[in-house]
Amino acid sequence: MSSVTAQSASPDALGGAAAMIQTSELTKFYPGAEVAAVDHLGLEVRAAEVFGLLGPNGAGKTTTAGMLGTRVVPSSGRAFVGGVDVVGEPARAKQLIGVVSQTNTLDRQLTVQENLYFHGRLFGFAAPESRRRADELLQRFQLSEWAGASVFALSGGMAQRLMVARAIFHRPAVLFLDEPTAGLDPQSRLALWDLVRELNGEGQTILLTTHYMEEADQLCNRVAIMDHGRILALDRPAELKRSLDAETVVVLRARGDGESLLARLRSAVPEIVRWRSEGDALELQVKGAERLVPRLVAAAEESGHEVLDISVAQPTLENVFISLTGRALRD
Amino acid sequence: MTSFQGAIGSATRPVSAASRDAMRALVLRDLLVLRKNLGEFIARTLIQPFLLVFIFLYVFPSIGQSVGGHGSVRESAFATVLVPGVVGISIMFQGIQAVALPLSTEFGYTREIEDRVQAPCPISLVAMAKVVSGAAQGVLAAIVVFPIAAVVHAEGVEAHLSVHLWILVTLIPLASVAMSSLGLLLGTFFEPRNIGLMFGFVVLPLTFLGGTYYEWERLAPIEVAGVHWLQIIVLLNPLIYVTEGMRAALTEAQHMPLYVIYPVMVLFLAVFLSLGLRNFRRRVLA
Repeated sequence: MSSVTAQSASPDALGGAAAMIQTSELTKFYPGAEVAAVDHLGLEVRAAEVFGLLGPNGAGKTTTAGMLGTRVVPSSGRAFVGGVDVVGEPARAKQLIGVVSQTNTLDRQLTVQENLYFHGRLFGFAAPESRRRADELLQRFQLSEWAGASVFALSGGMAQRLMVARAIFHRPAVLFLDEPTAGLDPQSRLALWDLVRELNGEGQTILLTTHYMEEADQLCNRVAIMDHGRILALDRPAELKRSLDAETVVVLRARGDGESLLARLRSAVPEIVRWRSEGDALELQVKGAERLVPRLVAAAEESGHEVLDISVAQPTLENVFISLTGRALRD
Repeated sequence: MTSFQGAIGSATRPVSAASRDAMRALVLRDLLVLRKNLGEFIARTLIQPFLLVFIFLYVFPSIGQSVGGHGSVRESAFATVLVPGVVGISIMFQGIQAVALPLSTEFGYTREIEDRVQAPCPISLVAMAKVVSGAAQGVLAAIVVFPIAAVVHAEGVEAHLSVHLWILVTLIPLASVAMSSLGLLLGTFFEPRNIGLMFGFVVLPLTFLGGTYYEWERLAPIEVAGVHWLQIIVLLNPLIYVTEGMRAALTEAQHMPLYVIYPVMVLFLAVFLSLGLRNFRRRVLA
């Protein structure tokens, strides 16, 4: 936790890089709950970056995004979006925010095009301008042929695209994506990832919450790993993985007693830095990968453990999360 | 100050201007939906009044089973009581149908409200916009219903109507806003799965004890030990003031004094609106 320091409460204190989001000591207790959903969170999201909040369900990601989006009222602490105090001036802050929530919140009474058009009107666009931008976004998000259709006609992926189009309509300073690909089919997920990269390429600042480590890894410039309302680590995905100090993750399944197998492997391969067992499999994080598989297999078989299966992979953010919490992301 | 504040923070519009635009857009949206569903609006607005007048002013007199006594004089007297009552009940039903039902759905089922409250204005304005468009529909309903109530009846049965314009043009909007606020309160209170309860335990009692079929004064004979209990209980029913008010606006029939009707209706409006807004905030903000 020492890797994260609370930021100053005042945006004035910011030096250098522009911060689009800034929080200090941001805390949320839900009524009746004994532990804080978000616990003294200090966060700084820079302009034009994709910032990821990664953690299991209940880690406090959505609550954090909710507080920044003015929907959740903090118990204490401060939060600024685009320099505007979201607690003190929520109505003004909302001008700077675009939100794509986990659930489909499209207006069921309106057509696809009208959903965009009225969003524009809501944010003060005059009628002709709103119509023009709606059409432009429909084109860009490949929804033009659905313009006049009911939103009921849209597939999950299309509805998600329309929600993103709606959220960026008023050119928000920060786009919030809350678990944007939860429940999407793989193809739609990839399409959404492309979209996120494209928007970010145009300079859009994005705050993304996710419990898919791959999503955080693929999309985010920086990732804050959260658990129990706190940030456990915050860095670029590559740096987070490097912090494991292991280049390789080996998963090995073998017959026989796991304890003795582990002892045997550790003495034969001293580069093993971290290990844990999951069912009948051993997960080993190894520094250096010189002839790793043959050495492991030989060591196991020599001690009478018949190797059933072995796989080798690079470390993921999931491994980082496990090393920080001792639990898997989906537990 | 860092550079982004100049570029972003001060690039925001004044909240008052942004709120005005947002409020207008919210009402425009509701009116567009109304226009799209105009046929449905008219049908749902007319069906209940039509059935009421059809049964009471056509069927009953025709089969000699009239409410309010036999003979065209007594029947017409009842028609005079019923027609304003029907206008009043239509206003109330708009509060339910145009505000309570959609809100309950948007809160509990579609979650559309979550996006609506991201509008760049105070949250309460989102609720206010619903009340405004609900009230507009209430006024519209009153206008649509009136001809039906005046036209459908058996031969010889005729409501004696005389329009008091200034009462009409003040009371209908006032009643519409009050009932629309009631809709806000109910819509933010009842989950979609409990809508049946709302109809059974709120809407139905309000309807039957709302003075649609009788003048409030006429309840006096119902008493226990000298206490006119029913007359007293129905004073808690906001609809009674609406129907009595419509009687004042549309007929020469007896009605509660206007100096009671107006202030009490304003009071109900204030209570419904403040409780409704409080519920709304609680449901939206965590």
